[in-house]
Amino acid sequence: MSVPRESHWAHASPPQGGDPNERAGLQAAPHAAGPPAVSMTGVRKAFGKFEVLRGVDLEVKRGEVHALLGGNGAGKSTLMKILQGVHTHDAGRVEVDGQAVEFTSPHDAKAAGIGMVFQEFSLIPSLSVARNIFLGREPRRFGLTDDATMIRKSTEILDRMGADIEPRTVLSDLPVGYWQLTEIAKALSLDARILIMDEPTASLPYHEVEQLFSLIDRLRDQDISVIYISHRMAEIERVADSLTVIRDGRTVLTGPVAEVPSAKVVESIVGSEILHGLKRGEPKFASTRSSAPVLSIRGLTSGHRVQEVSFDVAAGEVLGLAGLIGSGRTEIANCLFGIERMDAGQVFLDGRSLRIRGPQDAIDAGIVLVPEDRAQQGLVLGHTVRTNLLLPSLGKLGRGPLIDDGRGSKLCAGLMSRLDIRASALNETVGRLSGGNQQKVVISKWLGLQHVGQAPRVLILDEPTKGVDIATKTEIMQLVLDIADTGAAIIVISSELEELLSVADRVLVLRAGRIHEELDRSDIADEEALQLAVQGVN
Amino acid sequence: MTTQSRDAQSAHQESTPGANAESLADDRSRPPERPALRARLDWRDYAIYIGFAVVFCLFAIFLRDDGFLNTNNLLNIARQTAIIVVMAVAGTFVIASAQIDLSIGAVAGLSSVVVAMTIASTGSAAIGILAGLGVGAAVGIVNGTLVALLRIPSFLVTLAMLGIAGGIAQWMSNFQPVPILDTTFTNAFGSGEIGPAPTLLVWAALAVGVGVVVLNKTRYGRQVLATGGNAVAAQFSGVRTRRITFYVLLVSAVVASIAGMLYAGRLQTGRYQWGTGDELSVIAAVVLGGTSLFGGNGRVVGSAVGAVFIGLINNGLILAGTDVSQQIIIQGVIIIIAVALAKKK
Repeated sequence: MSVPRESHWAHASPPQGGDPNERAGLQAAPHAAGPPAVSMTGVRKAFGKFEVLRGVDLEVKRGEVHALLGGNGAGKSTLMKILQGVHTHDAGRVEVDGQAVEFTSPHDAKAAGIGMVFQEFSLIPSLSVARNIFLGREPRRFGLTDDATMIRKSTEILDRMGADIEPRTVLSDLPVGYWQLTEIAKALSLDARILIMDEPTASLPYHEVEQLFSLIDRLRDQDISVIYISHRMAEIERVADSLTVIRDGRTVLTGPVAEVPSAKVVESIVGSEILHGLKRGEPKFASTRSSAPVLSIRGLTSGHRVQEVSFDVAAGEVLGLAGLIGSGRTEIANCLFGIERMDAGQVFLDGRSLRIRGPQDAIDAGIVLVPEDRAQQGLVLGHTVRTNLLLPSLGKLGRGPLIDDGRGSKLCAGLMSRLDIRASALNETVGRLSGGNQQKVVISKWLGLQHVGQAPRVLILDEPTKGVDIATKTEIMQLVLDIADTGAAIIVISSELEELLSVADRVLVLRAGRIHEELDRSDIADEEALQLAVQGVN
Repeated sequence: MTTQSRDAQSAHQESTPGANAESLADDRSRPPERPALRARLDWRDYAIYIGFAVVFCLFAIFLRDDGFLNTNNLLNIARQTAIIVVMAVAGTFVIASAQIDLSIGAVAGLSSVVVAMTIASTGSAAIGILAGLGVGAAVGIVNGTLVALLRIPSFLVTLAMLGIAGGIAQWMSNFQPVPILDTTFTNAFGSGEIGPAPTLLVWAALAVGVGVVVLNKTRYGRQVLATGGNAVAAQFSGVRTRRITFYVLLVSAVVASIAGMLYAGRLQTGRYQWGTGDELSVIAAVVLGGTSLFGGNGRVVGSAVGAVFIGLINNGLILAGTDVSQQIIIQGVIIIIAVALAKKK
């Protein structure tokens, strides 16, 4: 088992006894004497040659809310999947209530009392709350489902949770917060004593978050342990007793929330990973912010999710948008690209006011988007690389009404060499490519426009390196910088702040649909400072 | 596939969007991307051609004495299937764009009635043809608007339209056949010949030719495929997906109205029954031809061969002396076998 280098906390004597938090009446102490609810030591897991987990330790006491933190790809999901019986670990020890376990199926894990509250709900909207709770294991009498028993049991569970829901209500008639409660009730109906919650507040409106927290408090009082996965420091301070940070498949920090300063947590999440060899120098493009901006946005408002947002982007400038999920980052991009409706505000491109009614208007004006969800929004996965590359340029490849395939091939060949995708891949179904190569295809289909005389003026990239390995990540970001140097205005949205820091000239921090802070490159001391700004911790 | 890469793949499938460690594993251990040739030469793409050849040879051997190979018999097959071929070309676009059009048979019947009645009352074939096309355009605009603008599933819209168009045809004609005496019309649509070729075959060949070029060589055709493959990604790439859906359904209905005129010309009558059930033959032909029912790809030539294949089986069974009930049973079984064989794993 490897001892993490940077950590001052890992393997330090596990805190025993009282809950360090000062929340009255919520102390887990009375139960902490027994064996921990979950204890994972030295857990390792590799997929093929790639080690995702290289020795993770996690100890969750009974009746404790334990926050699990880590950046994208740190290994959180894999670790939780081992606990849920989806994956089996290669090495290490997993104990539940002091018993060594090795789950071979999700069924085993459920039987051991482990419940999962999915981020994407596993519910059926057209069924009632009670039917959802008992889906697939409805109580029966004389071979028919016993609705009376089902409703009675559901009411019991919901009462225990302090949730005010009539179990006969059809789920689709309820707000999202109640869906989550139903999901939790479903787990509890299986006698779960350990609940895993993955980013439970990501999809909740703000006013429903506190409701969830009081439910978590209540569960803790009932001796149920919660593993709480979240990126939001403020939430963790409110709700969790202890925390564990993993990075690169190792535990790097663990301890009671009250004893670990948040700056320390952030530092552990971030680590020292950098994009190799990538550094934003001085913008090469002659024009700077002193000249007229390429893109100006004034008072952009869309529903509740974007409120009065105004900013400029100059030619050759890379603007970063930072913020948590739901802060309005994606919505701004979608408004500019004509996917979401703008309720108010104006967009100017090169000084001219622009009316964007749909993506075609945006593309015609020269605003293009590399969307957040590559598989759903970026690509027709069943089609070839070539077909995907040419899709936006079809209108310009014409010879009369027919498409000039020779020109198409030339265009593709040019893009492939520039992007370092093997040319043999042109006729490959795009769904077979790796995530990184898929993303290159999405970016290049927009670059293709410049070969038909319609070079993009504004390139927006929403989470461009999600699910992409580090080498390709660097390539992609280098490509973005090269495009900036040709004089385009670039907007990069990313949850990976190190990435923003390595490419952006300026970063806007968004919170609740508004620009919270504008940070110039020179204003940002380091990634931690930016992380703290995003988290709203001062 | 090696155990290792299978493991990586299953990890990939289970991974949540945020978990890029798994995708990374996937990147590293994935076998080198396969050469494109192998992807292209999948025999399943040619199942319909192979099936057609096999059945044709079997009939040629076993039904020789029944006159299967006579020129007249072969021309008969072609004549009987030509109208389905015409509709199957438009049907390929509909199914490739991930929609369905169940109203085409009824539209053909309605068009035949409207054409016959218009010619009877005006004495002009040209006005009759315009009226027939008008029927197609009107139905197509309604179908297209309801599906593309109001987002009602095409299955429901066109199922309702099947009833409405069929009912109007019955009502207008009062269940009676309407004879067409105009020989210019009947010669142009289905009865006459151009040189040695029946006009019906010319219409079918024209439809296939136009269909192949439009689907593969025009912006519209490729946007149809992109819309069917992934409407969201197509929209994010600047395709006006609603407009595409609208046009696909409009063209399908207009082509169905032309098919109705071909029935009217060939049989020299307008009658509400013409075209009844053709929507199912068209869907069978298109799917047999290798177009995915879920959209995203389309094979115009395959659809045409699929339509002829169904006609071929019909003809062979008639020659073999089976009765109608046996014919439709065997047809059903063959379609299931063919589609199952062509299904990609």
